[in-house]
Amino acid sequence: MANENYDAIVVGSGISGGWAAKELTEKGLTVLLLERGHNIEHAKDYVNAHKHPWDYPHRGGRTYAMEEAYPVLRRDYPLNEKNVSWWVDEKESPYTEVKRFDWYRGYHVGGRSLLWGRQSYRWSDFDFEANAREGIAVDWPIRYAEIAPWYDYVERHAGISGSIEGLAQLPDGQFQPAMPLNCGEELVAGRVRGLFDGRRRIIPGRVANLTQPLPGRAPCQYRNACSLGCPYGAYFSTQSSTLPAAMATGRLTLKPFSIATEILYDRDRQRATGVRVLDAVSEQTTEYTARVVFVCASTLNSTWLLMRSATDVWPEGLGSSSGELGHNLMDHHFRAGAEGFLVDEQLSGQYYYGNRPTGFYIPRYRNIGGERREYMRGFGYQGSASRRGWQRAVRELGIGGAFKDRAAEPGEWQIGATAFGEILPRHGNQITLDPAKKDKWGLPVLAIDCETGENERLMREDMKNDLAELLEAAGVRSVTTYDRGYAMGMGIHEMGTARMGNDPRTSVLNRWNQVWDAPNVFVTDGSCMVSSSCVNPSLTYMALTARAVDYAVGELSRRNL
Amino acid sequence: MTKTAFKHDLLTRREAIRRVSALLGGATLVGQSAWLAGCAVPQRSSANLFADGDVALLDEIADTILPDTKTPGAKAAGVGAFIALMVTDTYDPGEQRLFVNGLATLEDESRAQNGGGFMASSPAQRVALLERLDREAIEYMRRPGAEGRPHYFRLIKELTLLGYFTSEIGCTLAQRYTEVPGRFEPTVAYTAGDKAWAAHA
Repeated sequence: MANENYDAIVVGSGISGGWAAKELTEKGLTVLLLERGHNIEHAKDYVNAHKHPWDYPHRGGRTYAMEEAYPVLRRDYPLNEKNVSWWVDEKESPYTEVKRFDWYRGYHVGGRSLLWGRQSYRWSDFDFEANAREGIAVDWPIRYAEIAPWYDYVERHAGISGSIEGLAQLPDGQFQPAMPLNCGEELVAGRVRGLFDGRRRIIPGRVANLTQPLPGRAPCQYRNACSLGCPYGAYFSTQSSTLPAAMATGRLTLKPFSIATEILYDRDRQRATGVRVLDAVSEQTTEYTARVVFVCASTLNSTWLLMRSATDVWPEGLGSSSGELGHNLMDHHFRAGAEGFLVDEQLSGQYYYGNRPTGFYIPRYRNIGGERREYMRGFGYQGSASRRGWQRAVRELGIGGAFKDRAAEPGEWQIGATAFGEILPRHGNQITLDPAKKDKWGLPVLAIDCETGENERLMREDMKNDLAELLEAAGVRSVTTYDRGYAMGMGIHEMGTARMGNDPRTSVLNRWNQVWDAPNVFVTDGSCMVSSSCVNPSLTYMALTARAVDYAVGELSRRNL
Repeated sequence: MTKTAFKHDLLTRREAIRRVSALLGGATLVGQSAWLAGCAVPQRSSANLFADGDVALLDEIADTILPDTKTPGAKAAGVGAFIALMVTDTYDPGEQRLFVNGLATLEDESRAQNGGGFMASSPAQRVALLERLDREAIEYMRRPGAEGRPHYFRLIKELTLLGYFTSEIGCTLAQRYTEVPGRFEPTVAYTAGDKAWAAHA
C-alpha cells in the first residue's frame, strides 16, 4: 500500500471542488484533487463541439438502446446522443429509489460544471433568514453580509454577465454586461413595468457566460452549444476557469479514476488524517494523507462518503452524531408555468441574431414585502421569447413547395417560462446506505427516500397562474398554463443532507463548513445547504467554498487544525 | 439543451412520438403515463422493418411533402434514409408497427385513388393523394386520445420535416446557418420571406 502526503486533499472536481483546489493551491498548499471518473481536457476533449446538427445520425436525439442503458437519465432532457459520455454509467453506479428520485450525475473531471445551466444568482437575507423566521428546520449560521464579499470574489473570476437591478431579494453583483433581452422579451418587459406595483420584473438572465474576455478565455460566441463543452472557454467550468488557475501554481496533483472510499479518521486527535482511494480501473487502494480535507463530491456523493467514514466511532458515519447526516434533502421543483403568442405589428418586422445561451428571469416576488400566501417561500421564472421555427409546420395543413418555403421562414413570436420553486427542508427526506445493493466497486449504494409536500403543491398553482396573469396583462395572446410534472431530483439542484448550523446537536457542519466532529474536514458543496431558496445554487457553492478555504488556511496557520 | 424553457416551442408532447418530441421542440421527452409509471422500456423487435425499395419510396413521399423549390428538396437531403433510421432506432415496437402498416396503407390508398402504387403515380397524383392523407391526418389528430396512437401520415410528415430541416441542405440552404454567430443582436429587421436561423446544436 503506497503512501503519499499532501497539505490538502479535495474530493471531487466539479464546481465546488475546482474552487477548493484553486483557492488552496493559490494560498500555497500542495493539493491532491481526486476525481472518480475519467479526465476531460479543456477544448481538446470537447469532441462534439464543432459538429453540425446533421453530423449526428439521430440529429441529437436518443435511441432505444440508449434508453435501455440509461433508465434514469432518460426521464428528462439529459439523455441525448450529443454528450451521453458525460453522464454517469448507470449500470456501474446504481442507487435505490425508495421513492422516485431522478439523480443526474456527471462522473468525470469537471463534473456537472461542464453540463450546468449556468444561471447564477445571489441568495439574499430573505433566504438566509427564512428558516429562523418561519420556524423551519434550523437557522442558517450565516447572513448575506458575511457571504457578499465572497460572491464578489467568485463572480469576478468566474465571469457572470447580468444587469444591475437594485432588488433586495436578488442582490446585484460584480457583473459583466448582461446578455440583453431580445426585442420580443423587451416589449413584454416594458409593458409589465407599470403593472403589479412594479413588483414583478422581467430582467436578463444572469449567466456564467462571458460577455467580455478574461485571461485565457474568450467571450461567448452565441452558438448556444454549451453542453458540448466550449472551445472558447466562454462559460465557467472547472476546465475553463478554476483548474487552469490551480495548475498554474504548480502545486496541484489531479488524479482521475480515483474513488474516495473513506475519510481516514484519528479518533484520539479527532481529526481526519487523509483519504483512502480506490483506483477505479486497477482497483488498487492507496491511502493519501493531508492536514485538511475538502469534500466537494456533489450533494449526495459527499454525504455518501461521510457515511462510509469513521464508522468505528459513529456507526452511521462521520457527522452523524447530530442525527441529521443524510437528512433534509432538497431540490427545486419546476416544469410549471405558462406560454403564449406575441402578436404585434412592429415585432412581426423584427428578429434577432445569434443563439443566446440564456433568457429572461423574473425574480421572486411572492411572500416578501409583507405578503402572505397560503404557502411559504417563493419561486422565480426562467424563460424566453422567440420566433417559432419549422417545428410549427408539423401540425399545419399543407404539403408542397409553398408549404416548404413557408416552413423555412420564422413563424410567429412566442413567449414562455417555467418557474423554479423552493422546496422546504424536511427531516424525513433522506438518504441512507442500502446494504443489499453494491456498485461496481463493491460499495453499498445510496437509498433515496424523498418527496415533495403540500407547500410545493400549493406553490405550483401560483407558478402556473401567476405567469398566465402576467402574460395576459402584457397583451400576450392565447396564453395557456402547463404543469409537465416534477419528480424530486429533476431540478438537478440537489441540496442538503449535511447541513450547516449553529449547534452540533442539530447540524453536521458549523458556520465555516467544518464537520463538527472533525474540524479539518470541510464540506462545501450543495450538501451543506440549510434551505434551498428558489435561485440556482451553484454560485453560492462557489462563494461558500472560497470562504471556507480562506478560513481553513487561516486555521492551519494558527495551528488550530 | 438545458432544462429551462429557453429552447421551448409551443408544440406539446401530444404532437409527436416520445423520442422524437424533444427534437421537434416539445418540452418533454416522455409520455405522461409512462413518465408517472417510472418509464419502463418495452421490448423491441430486432426484425428488419423495411423492405428493399422502402427508402426510395420514403424519399419520394418526403420529396412530395418538401419538393425542390429555389432550394433542394427532401430527397436531395437524404430524408428517406433518415426516416428509416429513426423508425428503426427510436420508435418502440408498437410505434414501428404503426409506421410500417401505415406505409402499406399509403400504398393501398394510392392504388385506390390513382390506380397504382405511389412510385408509379404521376407527380400530380402523388400530390393529390398526400393532400388528402394530410387533411385526414389533421382531422384524426384533433380527436381525443389520438396522441397515443397517432395517424401514420403525421409520423411521416413530422419525420420528413425533422430530417429535412436538420440536414445540411435544410440548415444551410433552406434556412440560414451560422456556425459561429460571434455576437448577439437583440433586434434585427425582418422582411417577409427572409429565412429562419437554423439552430446550431
